[in-house]
Amino acid sequence: MKVLRRLGVDVSFPEDQTCCGQIAFNGGFRSRAADVAKHFLDVFENEEQVVVPSGSCASMIKVYYRELFEDDPETLERAQAVGEKTREFSDYIVNVVGTSDVGAASEGLVTYHDACHLLRELRIKEAPRDLIGGVRGVELQEMENSDACCGFGGLFSVKFPEISTAILDEKLKTIAESGAGAVVANDCGCLMHIRGAMERRGMNICAMHLAELLAEDGTDG
Amino acid sequence: MAEVKSAEFKKASGRALRDEKLQHSLEHVMEHFVGARASVIENDFGDENWEAMRTRAAAIKQSTLEHLDYYLDMVDRSVRRNGGHVYFADDAAQANAIVLDIAKRNGVKTVIKSKSMVSEEMGINHILEREGIEPVETDLGEYIIQLAGETPFHIIAPAMHKTRQEVSALFQEWLKTAPTQDIKRLCVYARDALREKFAAADMGISGANFVVAETGTVCLVTNEGNGRMTTSAPRIHVVLAGMEKIVPAVEDLALFLRLLPRSATGQRITSYNTFVGGPRAPSDEDGPEEFHLVLVDNGRLNLLRDEVMREALRCIRCGACLNHCPVYRKIGGHAYGWVYSGPIGAIVTPPMTNMKVARDLPYASTLCGTCKDVCPVKIDIPRLLLHLRHKVAEGALGERSTTWMERLFVGQWHGAMRNRKALEGKANLGRLLTRPFARGGKVRKLPFAPMVSGWTASRDFPAPAPRSFARLWREELAHDNAHPNGTEQG
Ligand code: SF4
Repeated sequence: MKVLRRLGVDVSFPEDQTCCGQIAFNGGFRSRAADVAKHFLDVFENEEQVVVPSGSCASMIKVYYRELFEDDPETLERAQAVGEKTREFSDYIVNVVGTSDVGAASEGLVTYHDACHLLRELRIKEAPRDLIGGVRGVELQEMENSDACCGFGGLFSVKFPEISTAILDEKLKTIAESGAGAVVANDCGCLMHIRGAMERRGMNICAMHLAELLAEDGTDG
Repeated sequence: MAEVKSAEFKKASGRALRDEKLQHSLEHVMEHFVGARASVIENDFGDENWEAMRTRAAAIKQSTLEHLDYYLDMVDRSVRRNGGHVYFADDAAQANAIVLDIAKRNGVKTVIKSKSMVSEEMGINHILEREGIEPVETDLGEYIIQLAGETPFHIIAPAMHKTRQEVSALFQEWLKTAPTQDIKRLCVYARDALREKFAAADMGISGANFVVAETGTVCLVTNEGNGRMTTSAPRIHVVLAGMEKIVPAVEDLALFLRLLPRSATGQRITSYNTFVGGPRAPSDEDGPEEFHLVLVDNGRLNLLRDEVMREALRCIRCGACLNHCPVYRKIGGHAYGWVYSGPIGAIVTPPMTNMKVARDLPYASTLCGTCKDVCPVKIDIPRLLLHLRHKVAEGALGERSTTWMERLFVGQWHGAMRNRKALEGKANLGRLLTRPFARGGKVRKLPFAPMVSGWTASRDFPAPAPRSFARLWREELAHDNAHPNGTEQG
């Protein structure tokens, strides 16, 4: 929010908002998901543009609502309209606002994790990297296999925690090997997962959302 | 039919995760396949051409499936024209009975087999053994797992989980060979043992990578030459093929034979591409006297009938989706509990066997989407997984099978998410309940919530923020909106 305002965007937060419905959709509970998705449409339909901070939520709205409302042409049309004006956070800044310099400043090496849905559903790869590159004092250090899944997978991480953690181990290894002091991702799910394990293991690397990095202005490190 | 053990998924995957040797083999073999595939595609075609090839292959397979009755009929006529016999088997039992009947009619004692996944579905080796007929797998990997009494660990590398020590031990036990760590020696031992069988066998059973409708040609792709032996040495050749293996014309093979080995092992071409046109003709010097093609349904109609699932039948069993799957790479093939593993196993096993028994499989994926990007016939695996999850959660009575805990959770979630007030109420309750377990903004253990305690075994869970973003917005942020540069953006 801070970042968008710094860019001069008039931001609002519709207070009725809840969830896009992905968790139930991915669980197979489509009728439940559809109710919640309709609520999402009610809340956001009249906004000019919707900016979403999580790759998987954005892909739910932009890609999977089509599937969810396949048999409900009326809602499908509404969903498509909302889908079109929905942009993921980094994509919005770089491709709508049109800048990769948001006036942020920090320091150190940062590595970037390609969240699966952001990369493979929305094909967003460069925008977040451009934005990291635009932060003064920060250098982007790619990790190996940055596009490998972190093992979160929403429900998957709860249903199969052992497998999920084993996949995460690989990710943590490549993050640590990159030598970066922070890992940035644009998906709240991946971040919760990665951060949770790093903290449990006392790793001295910080996992942050791109927005958190961009919000830094160099005053508090 | 081979037993379906998919209900054991969780336990079996746990065992695999704790098996260090297995983890080691998985890492190395998968890494090798993935690297080889990527470099051969880049060198030979580049992304764009590769993409165009995949699109064309997907279209050919899809249109064949859309008109499968027409092509099945064409195969039938072509094979008979070549002097072969064609059978249609509804299920594993029928297919087994057909093969057994051919064997008995001909007084067959020994059967040599080249790799066939359909025969794994059928569990035919046990059936033959029961009737006093000796089946011998001749693909080295298959031979090893046959001796070990196991099922394939990987579609194209069935024994990749076995170390040379384990193979040596098996050979010592079954072939009475001397212990060795030398892989070449082990191959020689297997070769010696198999040569005898090739010479003695009366019947060869093979699978089929492709069946060409127009000509009735069966195409086999192998690396060891055993396929060629199986299809030419014995008196009788029986082909077991899933009914989705059909391609319309010989020209189509030019495309598929480029896609398959590159996707599978990163090879440009496999060592042997075998094309079998039927039994020996009067002018031929050798070849089988009889040729039988058994086209097997065994659950494939369940996929074909479902418009969404149909595309799963485009699969050419290259194994690329396994090699790239973060889940398969950790747990390997056996946990999936039937014949096919990895992403393709997760989508075909439940509809082909039993939705309830295999209910965990559609959920055994992070939906990362890598499988869909590497699949040479562009099967949208994540979409199909989601479709199956829908059936498990909300499908017909015979398919539905969620736990009460899951239903309770979704019910609560559903209640909270359609109304912000309800959500905040629940969130406040969450704050209250987690407070005793939170330290410095983290929850390390949540003993009372079984669905979440799996999470906290290995990861901290963020404690709910003391106030919600909506409240923060109401109380502070909303007032800042009169930003000096506050222009509308759209
Ligand atoms: S689903 Fe696609 S990638 Fe997987 S085995 Fe089949 S053809 Fe290969």
